[in-house]
Amino acid sequence: MASEMTDTGGAAALPQGLSGFARDWTADRQTFHVPWGKAMMWIFLLSDTFIFSLFLTSYMNVRMSTRVPWPNPSEVFALSFGGDPIPLILIAIMTFILITSSGTMALAVNYGYRGDRAKTAALMFVTAAFGATFVGMQAFEWMKLIVDEGVRPWGNPMGAAQFGSTFFMITGFHGFHVSCGVIYLAVIALKVLRGDYEASGNYEVVEIAGLYWHFVDLVWVFIFAFFYLW
Amino acid sequence: MAYVAIADRDHHLHDPDTFITKYIWSQDHKVIAIQYAITAIFVGVVALVLSLLFRLQLGFPDTFNLVDPNQYYQYVTMHGMIMVIYLLTALFLGGFGNYLIPLMCGARDMVFPYMNMLSFWVYLLSVIVLLGSFFVPGGPTGAGWTLYPPQAISEGTPGIGGGIVLMLVSLAIFIVAFTMGGLNYVTTVLQARTRGMTLMRMPLAVWGIFVATILGLLAFPALLVAAVMMTLDRVVGTSFFMPEMLSLGRELDYGGGSPILFQHLFWFFGHPEVYIVALPAFGIVSDVLSVHARKNIFGYRMMVWAIVLIGALSFVVWAHHMYVSGMNPYFGFFFATTTLIIAVPTALKVYNWILTLWRGDIHLRVPMLFAIGFIFTFIHGGLTGLFLGNVTVDLPLSDTYFVVGHFHMVMGVSPVLVVFAAIYHWFPKITGRMFNETLGKVHFWLTLLGTYSIYLPMHYLGILGVPRRYYAYGDTDFIPASAQTLNSGITIAALIVAAVQIVFFVNVIWSLWRGPKADPNPWRATTLEWLTPDTPPKHGNWGPNLPEVHRWPYDYSVPGEKEDFIPQTEPPHAGVAAGRDHGVHH
Ligand code: HEM
Ligand SMILES: [Cu+2]
Repeated sequence: MASEMTDTGGAAALPQGLSGFARDWTADRQTFHVPWGKAMMWIFLLSDTFIFSLFLTSYMNVRMSTRVPWPNPSEVFALSFGGDPIPLILIAIMTFILITSSGTMALAVNYGYRGDRAKTAALMFVTAAFGATFVGMQAFEWMKLIVDEGVRPWGNPMGAAQFGSTFFMITGFHGFHVSCGVIYLAVIALKVLRGDYEASGNYEVVEIAGLYWHFVDLVWVFIFAFFYLW
Repeated sequence: MAYVAIADRDHHLHDPDTFITKYIWSQDHKVIAIQYAITAIFVGVVALVLSLLFRLQLGFPDTFNLVDPNQYYQYVTMHGMIMVIYLLTALFLGGFGNYLIPLMCGARDMVFPYMNMLSFWVYLLSVIVLLGSFFVPGGPTGAGWTLYPPQAISEGTPGIGGGIVLMLVSLAIFIVAFTMGGLNYVTTVLQARTRGMTLMRMPLAVWGIFVATILGLLAFPALLVAAVMMTLDRVVGTSFFMPEMLSLGRELDYGGGSPILFQHLFWFFGHPEVYIVALPAFGIVSDVLSVHARKNIFGYRMMVWAIVLIGALSFVVWAHHMYVSGMNPYFGFFFATTTLIIAVPTALKVYNWILTLWRGDIHLRVPMLFAIGFIFTFIHGGLTGLFLGNVTVDLPLSDTYFVVGHFHMVMGVSPVLVVFAAIYHWFPKITGRMFNETLGKVHFWLTLLGTYSIYLPMHYLGILGVPRRYYAYGDTDFIPASAQTLNSGITIAALIVAAVQIVFFVNVIWSLWRGPKADPNPWRATTLEWLTPDTPPKHGNWGPNLPEVHRWPYDYSVPGEKEDFIPQTEPPHAGVAAGRDHGVHH
């Protein structure tokens, strides 16, 4: 069988436990039993995790080192629907949308493996639409901050200048990831619909796109916590 | 196990037919490797010429008026940045990584050849943007290769117009290129080895390149983040790194940022970067030593673990570059300790190289000479590193020529010697021709002795307290007149070393046309790249069948064998000591 090492006996002799683990990892041909694309996506996401972590660490650093008071997030990010402003309402909706999109993505992967092309593509389009909505609401929030509250990357009337700098930089970088994800999902969904993967019967690509999407959602949870709840 | 089949499938290699798809928009890892190497060596020569220009100024401050003080800083900055990133990182990973990984692991190509090709073109773009900064008003940045704010973007530093922005943009583009290549290298090593090629049967060259690439994927993010933030500070007017400050009597609009944050980010990238350059060199040297000493590498397993351990530790030593920046003293204590700990696996590697040579059947061919030269320069640079790693010793030496001498020995000369060792070693396989031994030996001896005469005196200058990054020293109390004589001598040595590199280029170009045809395996080595059906290897590397590996890569001079080497593809047979093979748990 293909995965067998060339110079050992049958599978019955495979060692268990820790040494089995080490043996798996150091086996010939492949270390992880996943396709190339998936392995590569995992490694990319690891690298991307470092980027986001360093952005967030830098944010904490400048927030702690500035001597000017930090604006109060529950006031800055409040939104009023006619009556009293409700703190964090917009961001709560945005977060809810993004987390929902993770759910639709998971369903798409599921249908992909069952070979249900129509449902897979439809769910991916729904996911992408949620993503686009998220980006749209983010644009709205940026507009509100810039136009109504006078927040600029280099300063704002409420407090430390670094509030605007870090906010626009990090949410912008995340929004860029979401936008890329929307395009990525739409392209893969089109290819699924067209039947590009019928020949191989292999719908791993959907799962790989899903990995990226879940990652972007997960990162949002951290950004949310650090910017809006701290 | 359905998924195994994916690796089995003959993935589509688009066999190129036109000149353009074969040599320009090529997806073949070997062509991409050569494209990377030529571009990197080209910018490397630019950086070398820059160093000669500013060296002439330092050596003979009143004779040549080739550079003014601003240009001095600009040239030093571009020299340093090009050498570290655009030459060495690109050459070791984009060049040798691309060439060696698929061949040594027994793969037909990288896992995603198209992305691999893009990696080169994006790298080329980053080089063009970088060199473009010479042509913008104000010229390239003169902030020093460390680009420390606030001075990097404040008035008084040359190149704060377009120069610094193009530098930061070029770095960001480079990181994108590196990521596309790096993901390929790591995935290929992990997932696309041939049958029988276990991780513990990989040549150390692959191990070094593999771990260095992982370091790059985790360290370059810090540089990217720093570059983005500094670009915003410069272009948009944010204050990530900029404190309140007076400049030329005027209060700037900046305020509240943290310059130290930049230093942390920069060195969180910068220190691993040293090992991104060093680990491939370690790996390649191990293989070259073993082949030309006809002996197995001493302590293969230890060597692998040392590479991994050094890689991991390199992420927790960064602030030893910041002892004079004003940190909590306990930080200094912590970082000095980790720095000295990392010396342990490093020293272990040096011992193992020497023990590999011990009682070997040493053939002093050109690649071997360069590899042995590396051991000398690396020990030398490593020892001065122990001085600088200790806070109290570092304080007076910081920002002097001692530091310049140290880092040139450890990450300038040493990796460059390995680059030459590697070029000479694999030249017959890459080109199908032999180089000229005599020219190679001339090149080696003059380079080794020349670089020693450049950098040894710098240590002495540093102990005298001569500061680095100075355009001219003028009259000072603490610098004796003899220091200027020494400086002139260093410059002459640098000119000689640079001239000697012409011998190398002549040798390469002449041998390409006129060199005798090379044997497919001229060094009688065991590893897969020497066993290809064609020399130079064709697209797809292996002909119809992938090689199958049966042993580790260091079966040299095995007692009782007819030949003094056993190729990795040779099936086990009676008489070969099975215990030598680390690939299988018995
Ligand atoms: C013939 C070859 C070389 C010569 C003569 C040379 C000379 C010098 C000198 C004199 C300086 C310090 C100038 C100053 O501080 O005022 C310098 C800086 C530097 N060099 Fe080299 N170098 C050479 C090759 C290399 C190589 C191969 C590397 C690769 C790592 C390298 C990396 C650097 C770096 C990182 C700096 C610091 C730049 C800065 O201060 O911003 N150099 N070089
Ligand atoms: Cu360091």
